[in-house]
Amino acid sequence: MAEIDRNPGIPLDLSWVSSVSVNLPSVKRRAETLTTRRTVKKHWQAAWLLRAVTCIDLTTLSGDDTDGNVERLCHKAANPVRTDLLDGLGMTEAGITCGAVCVYPARVPAAVRTLKRLGVQVPVAAVATGFPSGQYRFKTRCEEISLAVADGAMEIDIVINREMALTGNWQGLYDEVKAMRAACGPAHMKAILAVGDLGSMTTVARASLVAMMAGADFIKTSTGKEGVNATLPVGLVMCRAIREYQQHTGIKVGFKPAGGIRTAKDALAWLILMKEELGDAWLNNHMFRIGASGLLADIERQLFHYVYGRYAAGSELPMA
Amino acid sequence: MRTLVLATLTQDINMAGVVGINKAQGKPTISQIFNTMEYGPAPEDDKVAQWVLPDDRKTYETSDPCKDRVLASTIQGTQQDVDQAVGAAREAYVSWSKLSGHARARHLYSIARHIQKHSRLLAVVEALDNGKTVRETRDCDIPLVARHLYYHAGWAQLKDTHMQGWKAIGVVGAIVPWNFPVMLLAWKVCPALAMGNTVVLKPATSTRLSALLFAEICAEAGLPAGVFNVVTGGGAMGTQLATHQDVDKVAFTGSTEVGQILRRATAGTGKKLSLELGGKSPVVVFESADLDSAVEGVVDAIWFNQGQVCSAGSRLLVQESVFSRFIDKLKHRMSSLRLGSSMDKTADMGAVIDDGQRKAIAQYVDEARRHGAQIHQVEAPPGCYYPPTLITGVSTTSRCVIEEIFGPVLVAMSFRTAKEAIALANNSIYGLGASVFTEKMTLGIEVARMIKAGAVWINCHNMFDAAAGFGGYKQSGYGRDGGKEGLYEYIKPSWEGQLRFTPPNMNLEKFGATYMADGPSLTPSTPQIVSGDGTLPRVDRTYKLYYGGAQKRPDANYCRVVKDATGKAFALVGESNRKDVRNAVEAAGKAQSGWERRSGFNRSQILYYIGENLEQRREEFISHLTTVTGCKDVEAAAEVDCTVERLFHWAALCDKHGGEVQETQVYGTVLRVHEAVGVVGVACPDQRPLLAFVSLVAPAVARGSAVVVIPSQSYPTLALSLYQVLETSDLPGGVINILTGNTDHITKYLTEHQDIQAMWYFGSLAGSKFVEHTSAVNLKRTWVNYGQQRNWADQDEGAGQEFLYQATQVKNVWLTAGDIFAN
Repeated sequence: MAEIDRNPGIPLDLSWVSSVSVNLPSVKRRAETLTTRRTVKKHWQAAWLLRAVTCIDLTTLSGDDTDGNVERLCHKAANPVRTDLLDGLGMTEAGITCGAVCVYPARVPAAVRTLKRLGVQVPVAAVATGFPSGQYRFKTRCEEISLAVADGAMEIDIVINREMALTGNWQGLYDEVKAMRAACGPAHMKAILAVGDLGSMTTVARASLVAMMAGADFIKTSTGKEGVNATLPVGLVMCRAIREYQQHTGIKVGFKPAGGIRTAKDALAWLILMKEELGDAWLNNHMFRIGASGLLADIERQLFHYVYGRYAAGSELPMA
Repeated sequence: MRTLVLATLTQDINMAGVVGINKAQGKPTISQIFNTMEYGPAPEDDKVAQWVLPDDRKTYETSDPCKDRVLASTIQGTQQDVDQAVGAAREAYVSWSKLSGHARARHLYSIARHIQKHSRLLAVVEALDNGKTVRETRDCDIPLVARHLYYHAGWAQLKDTHMQGWKAIGVVGAIVPWNFPVMLLAWKVCPALAMGNTVVLKPATSTRLSALLFAEICAEAGLPAGVFNVVTGGGAMGTQLATHQDVDKVAFTGSTEVGQILRRATAGTGKKLSLELGGKSPVVVFESADLDSAVEGVVDAIWFNQGQVCSAGSRLLVQESVFSRFIDKLKHRMSSLRLGSSMDKTADMGAVIDDGQRKAIAQYVDEARRHGAQIHQVEAPPGCYYPPTLITGVSTTSRCVIEEIFGPVLVAMSFRTAKEAIALANNSIYGLGASVFTEKMTLGIEVARMIKAGAVWINCHNMFDAAAGFGGYKQSGYGRDGGKEGLYEYIKPSWEGQLRFTPPNMNLEKFGATYMADGPSLTPSTPQIVSGDGTLPRVDRTYKLYYGGAQKRPDANYCRVVKDATGKAFALVGESNRKDVRNAVEAAGKAQSGWERRSGFNRSQILYYIGENLEQRREEFISHLTTVTGCKDVEAAAEVDCTVERLFHWAALCDKHGGEVQETQVYGTVLRVHEAVGVVGVACPDQRPLLAFVSLVAPAVARGSAVVVIPSQSYPTLALSLYQVLETSDLPGGVINILTGNTDHITKYLTEHQDIQAMWYFGSLAGSKFVEHTSAVNLKRTWVNYGQQRNWADQDEGAGQEFLYQATQVKNVWLTAGDIFAN
C-alpha cells in the first residue's frame, strides 16, 4: 500500500453533524438508476473486474478460522487470478493481488508470516475493538488494536460504538474513535459503522462525519454480521459524506463496503458508484476496498469467460 | 432497416368472407338443409387490420437525430386518408362501444401483453427515431405504455359498474408530439378505448415509427379493425383530423400555441377537447432539503429526455441561504453527465429532436449570455446535441425564465422565504408540474397545496404512473391523462345526446360588443297600493349589481327594463359593462383563495344556511316566479323547493369530494386533490331562472371557487332577490358576484378576462362558439350548452357528476415515503 496522506481528523463540528439530513426515497432512486445509467462491456468490463480484484480485502471472519485456512486465504490473495487468465488478459506482469487480507486478531501472526514468505506486499487487516458488536469495555477494545498492530497488522478495522450513535452521543463517539486512531499508530484505521444497526440514513451520514472528524482513514459499512450490510443506497450516503468532508477539509477519506457483495456485477456497481459520486481518485485500493470472501470466485469465473468464451466449473478455479 | 411505407391502418372492406358454396347450385333452402343436415360454411371473421398503401402519396423521411441517418420513409397522408381512417373508426365504434367492458378489457390486456413481449423492439425503435436514450425508452417510456394498458384494461373491466351514468363519446382524434411518441400515444389511446371510443391517431411529423409499430402490435394482439387507426402526415393533418365532422373528441398534447389553434378551430362544433400543453415548472429547494438528493431531483427534472418534457423542471428556485452551495453541488454533478448516441447505454442524454430545435434552444441561451447571465455548460458531442446548461444571473424578467425552452436548460434564482418561493413558483402563465425539496413535511405539504400546478412532486420530479392523472392548470391546458380523473375526458353523461353542431358563421369581433340601454318604460305595471286608505304606493324596489359583498350601481349607470309575464315593466336592473366585469372579477379573485382555504364544513354550513333562508322566503320567491315567468303556482313552488334541495345537495358535497389516494407504483402516498377551479364566470339560461342559477353557482361555490354570474337575461330579479338571502347567510363578500344586463355583452368581457379560470355559458350556439373560441386567449376551461336545453329539475341533468367535474381541477401530490433503514 503506497503512502498517501492520512486523515488527521478535525475538531468535532456538532453543528455540521446535526445539520445533516438524508432523504431515503431519493437516495434509493439514485442508487437504482446508477446501474441503469452506466455499464461496462467487453474488455472494459474485464479491466474493471481486474481493478475490483485489487480492491478486495479478502476476508475470513469465522469462529472456526485456523491458521490453515488463513494461510490458504493468503495464497489466494497473493494469486487472485489464474496465471493463464492473466496471460490471456495481457496482465501477467501487472502484479495483480488483492488489496489486503482481513482476519480476526488471533489470526494476524499466521497471515503476516504467510504473506512474508510469499514475498508479496499485501497488508494484513485485523478487525478489532470488540468486533463485531463493540459491546466491551473501552480499555480492552483499545488494547486489541495495539496488540494487533504489534503482531504486524497494517490496517485495523474498528467497529464504532453503536449505543453512542443511536443515542446521539456524538462527542462520546468522537472521543472513542479518536483514541482508537491514536492506538493504531502507523496502521491505517477503517471505521466500521455497522449501518444495519443505525436505523436511519441520517444517522449513517452523521456517524460517517463523526468518524472522519475523529481521523478514520476509511469508513466502512458493516461487519458482515448485521442484518443489513453493504447496499448501494447506504454506500451512496456514505460516499456523499466523504465528498462533503473532502470539500470542507481537502482531505480524502477512503470507503469500504463489506458484507453481501458476492457477484462480479455487484463489484462493478460499487465501482460505478465510486466513479460517479467521488470520481476516479477513489477507483484504487488506496481509497476503495471491498470486504468480501466469495466475490473473488465469481470475478475469476467472469474473467475466465472473457478469456475463453465459455464458463468454467467452480472446481476449475483455485478456492480461497 | 425495414422501410415502412405505410399510412393508415384500417380495415380492408373488400375482404369479405368467401362463402364456400357453389354458386351454380345457389343457396340451399331451409327445407333442403333440414333434409340433408349438411354442414354449412362457418367462416371466422377475417376482417383484420390492414396497411393501406394509397398510390400517389408523397413520402417523408424519418431519421435518427443522433447519427443523422435516414431510418425509414412514411407516407404523407391527405384529407382522403383522414376521411378513410375516421370512417373506419366510425364504423368500428358501432360494435366496439357495444362490447361489454369485460370484452374491451380482454383486448387491452392482450395489447399490454404483446407490448411487453415486443418491449425491447419498441424501446429501440423509439430511441432511434427520437434520439432519446434507449435507457429511458427501456426503463420509462415502454414500461409506462404497458402500465397504462393494464391500468385501463382495469377501467374497461370496471366501466359498467364503476362509471355508471357515463357513456363513450364516439371517435377520438388524438394528436401527440414527438417528445414521448409512443408513451403519450398510450396516454390517449388507453382511456379512449377503455371507455368505448375508437381512435384515429396522428403522430408527430418527425416521430412516427413507434406509432406504426404500436398499430402492428395491436393487430397482432387481435384488436378489431378500425378501433385504432394511425394516419401519418404533416402538421396540417392535425387540423384536418381535429375538425373532421365525424370526430367527437380531440385529445391533444403539444405546444400551447397549437392548443390555442385547436381550441379556436373546434369552437362551437360540440367536440370535446382536452389539451396538455407547455410548462415552465418550478423546482423549489429549501434550506431544509437533503441538498445532494435535491441535486438528483434537478437531474430528473431538467435533464430527463434532454429537457424535452412538458413538465420539465426548468425554473430552479433555491433558498438564498443555501443558494451558492447548491449551485456548486449542481455544477459538480453536471460534470459527470454523459451525452451520447441514443443507443449508448452509458449516456445520460441523447440528441435533441432535430437541428431546428437545437438552434431554438441555443438562441435562448445566447440571448441570456448577451444580457449578462452566467452560463454553465458541459461538453456536448458535435451534431444534434445540446449540452446540459445552467443559467444564473437571470430574473423574472428574462426571456429564458419566462418562456418554455423545451431543452436541457435550467435557470436558477434564489428566494428568501416560503411565501416568496410560492409567489415565484406561481409567477408563470403555466401550471403543469412543480417539485418541492425539503425534509420538513409541514412545509412540503403546505407549499404543494399553494403551487398552482397539476402535479406537485415532493422530493422528486417527473414521476409518472397510469394511476395518477397528468395535466395542467392555467395555460398548461385542461383535462388529465391517467387516473380515474383522466377517464372523464373520454366520456359524457349518459343522458346527453350527440353533440355535433355546425357552428354559425359569425363575426366574433362583434359578438356582444355593444348593448342598448333601455329608456323609461311606457307600460309600467300598476303600482301596488299598500296602505289601507289607498294613498300609499308601494316603496320602489331597487335592484343593483352585487359584487364584493355589496350592492353596487353599474359603472355606466344605465339600466334595463325587466318585464313581467304580461309584458309590463316589472323592475329596472343595472346594465353591466366592461368595468363592472373588471370590478366583479377583482372582487371574486380577492375572495376566492380564502374561500377555498376554508374547511368544507364551513362552506357546507353556509350553503345549508342559504337553503334555510331561502325556505323562509319561499312564498315570496313563488310569487316572484309566477309574476315574471307566468308559470303556475305549483310549478313555481316546485322550482323553489328543488332549489332548496339543490343547495342541500351541494352543501352535502362540500366535504365529500376532497380527493383520493392514488394507487401508483411509488412507495409513499400520491394524493389526488380536487381543487377549486378559481374564479368561474357563469352565464345562466332563461329557463328555470332561480333553479338554474343555483344549480350552476352552488357546485362551484361548494368546491371553493368564486363566481361572477350573469343571471337569466329575461328574469334577472330572482337572482337579485337572492343576494339578500346570501347576505343573511354569512357568505363572505366576493364569493358570489352577480352582474345583470346583456348576457352576450357581459359574457364577452368575462370570457376575455385572463384572470378568470373557467367560463360556463348556457345560452345560444353562437354564444357557445364565441366562448370556446375566445377562451383560447388564456386557455380557460369552458362549459357551454351549444344552445341546447337541459332539464334542470332532473337530478342527473341538473346536479350530476358532470357538475363536480366542471367545478374542480385535479392536482396530484406525490409524497414519497421511507425513512426506515435496516433495524
